[in-house]
Amino acid sequence: MSTETPVIELKNVKKNFGPVEVLKDVNFSVRAGEVTALVGDNGAGKSTLIKGLAGIQPYDQGTILFEGNPVELKSPRQSSDLGIDVVYQDLALCDNLDIVHNMFLGREKAHTGVLDEGAMESKAADTLTSLSVRTVKSVRQKVARLSGGQRQTVAIARAVLWNNKVVILDEPTAALGVAQTEQVLQLVRRLADSGKAVIIISHNLQDVFAVADRIYVLYLGKMTAAVKKSETSQADVVGYITGAKTQEVGV
Amino acid sequence: MSNQNTIQTGNEGSFLDAGRNYIARVKGGETGSLPALLGLIILATLFAAANPIFLKPINFANLLTQTATVTTLAMGLTFVLLLGEIDLAAGVTAGLSAAFLAISMSNYGVAWPLAVVIAISLGMLIGFLIGVLVAKVGIPSFVVTLAAFLAFQGLQLVVVGKGGLIGIDAPPILAIMNTPMPIAFGWILLAVIFVLYVGSALYSRRQRTTSGQLNKPMGILVFRSLTILIVGAGFVSFLNLERGANPAVTSLKGVPYVVPIVLILLAAGTFVLNRTKFGRHVYAVGGNAEAARRAGIQVSRVRIKVFMISSSFAGIAGILMASRQASVDAAAGRSIVLNAIAAAVVGGVSLFGGRGRLSDAVIGGFVIAVIDNGLGLIGLASGLNLAITGGVLLLAATADAITSRKSRTS
Repeated sequence: MSTETPVIELKNVKKNFGPVEVLKDVNFSVRAGEVTALVGDNGAGKSTLIKGLAGIQPYDQGTILFEGNPVELKSPRQSSDLGIDVVYQDLALCDNLDIVHNMFLGREKAHTGVLDEGAMESKAADTLTSLSVRTVKSVRQKVARLSGGQRQTVAIARAVLWNNKVVILDEPTAALGVAQTEQVLQLVRRLADSGKAVIIISHNLQDVFAVADRIYVLYLGKMTAAVKKSETSQADVVGYITGAKTQEVGV
Repeated sequence: MSNQNTIQTGNEGSFLDAGRNYIARVKGGETGSLPALLGLIILATLFAAANPIFLKPINFANLLTQTATVTTLAMGLTFVLLLGEIDLAAGVTAGLSAAFLAISMSNYGVAWPLAVVIAISLGMLIGFLIGVLVAKVGIPSFVVTLAAFLAFQGLQLVVVGKGGLIGIDAPPILAIMNTPMPIAFGWILLAVIFVLYVGSALYSRRQRTTSGQLNKPMGILVFRSLTILIVGAGFVSFLNLERGANPAVTSLKGVPYVVPIVLILLAAGTFVLNRTKFGRHVYAVGGNAEAARRAGIQVSRVRIKVFMISSSFAGIAGILMASRQASVDAAAGRSIVLNAIAAAVVGGVSLFGGRGRLSDAVIGGFVIAVIDNGLGLIGLASGLNLAITGGVLLLAATADAITSRKSRTS
């Protein structure tokens, strides 16, 4: 298949919580320009896998290759320095601040401590425009006044603003209505088309099939399937998730 | 252009559009200090009708000096409230700072500028200790500052002596609250404020224009600067009227020195909150501490700094208090903290964190002072006075709670 080096490649990653093996020799790779979906039932190890990539909960064993080079991900700092960003399910936005403030939170542009509001406003508006966001009217709105979909858009745009190479989306559509889900999925697609590696975690197979290029399935801590969307079906994936079917992972 | 995807900045539209947007925001619950301002006007009208003395220049000057201590304390507390924390020890911190000011001058012969530095530094140190206990040890601020409230009352007793009273005789300290500035200074002060306001507004407009961004309609700037000019001129000319009981013996006219001091604190604090990284982080931590942490903000450091700022303001309030009473006693500052918290909340600072400005605390301070002053003039028993102040605070806290719930669920 694709000969280019994956942005991230995990080899034989393990993680135990006491006697419980949460990740068992997991292999996982993510390519630039693709949406990679990570699916699995509750407790399959999806969150643990992601927390390892985010540096929040380092893996016990295994190799992590970033653009072909072995790296360590022991702290959130290390992974954000590499350009890995997680957009969490609970969004982590400050309701009392506006969109510009939220997109630059913790990384404000300033001259000797004094904020450069103009530069931040332009960059925030440019980023939203580059993602063809049409749902957000003004970048100076308070986040509290935004709908769920708009908030998700701001959270994703923040990840884009910082030129991250890998954007991990944790259940981005879980709390959204039909129309808003559609908008966010389109945004996810555009994100990948712009050359970023996108990982999406979702319970909703319809969403996964709408947007993903490649689907990885975790079952009780094991990676039981790694398939291209074009080469599989929803029924097969349901089989992998429930453990009724397995595929030899050899990619 | 119309089918181009343009994202607005909220600066589009005419003067009228801006007015309509403002009304929409107020209806949506972002009232700021508007209710307090309206309340202030209604209260002032009622009291003026009930007793004509209320509107006399002497009473207005008294009102300003009455409110200055509480307002300064309330501005400091606003920083703490923005984090969703509380500082019950702010009043006794002011009292202790006042005691250190008085003792260092009277017992140790320290020059007044150094004594002022000692008083403010003591405040800062107390704030650091409270901040570390809250942010690093993780004790709720309510408990830490309640303990400090009790302990510092004891320390104050030890320092001042039971039933003791330390006099202040350094003329510059006494002048802050008791002597008005020369007539011309009031006008110079207004001119400086006007030039600074218009200058900084024009500067930021030009910056936005050069980077190709839209500005708010010019009408808003004209409207605001005219308001500053008219209200300011009213204040200055009113305070420049003769208010001495016997002008032939001692003339008393001019803006009190405490006014520019409070205005400088207001301007400096507002600049820090609105224009600096640190100020932005204060709002972020108050709005969603977890989001701030994930964004890489060092939350505990922000918390410690905020308590240091708040307690430094308390130190300054202590100096004002000592100046007004020309002395410091063993109970100084014990009762003012609740008025200061009430001032901030009545002015529109949220108890839930993340919402409020220093100017809200100033307006709230005026409301509390006007209630106190006006009811006193009408001759109501002080019990009723306290009950009414409590009622106003409860009303403001109710409005705050409803607004916060609305913005959380929407």
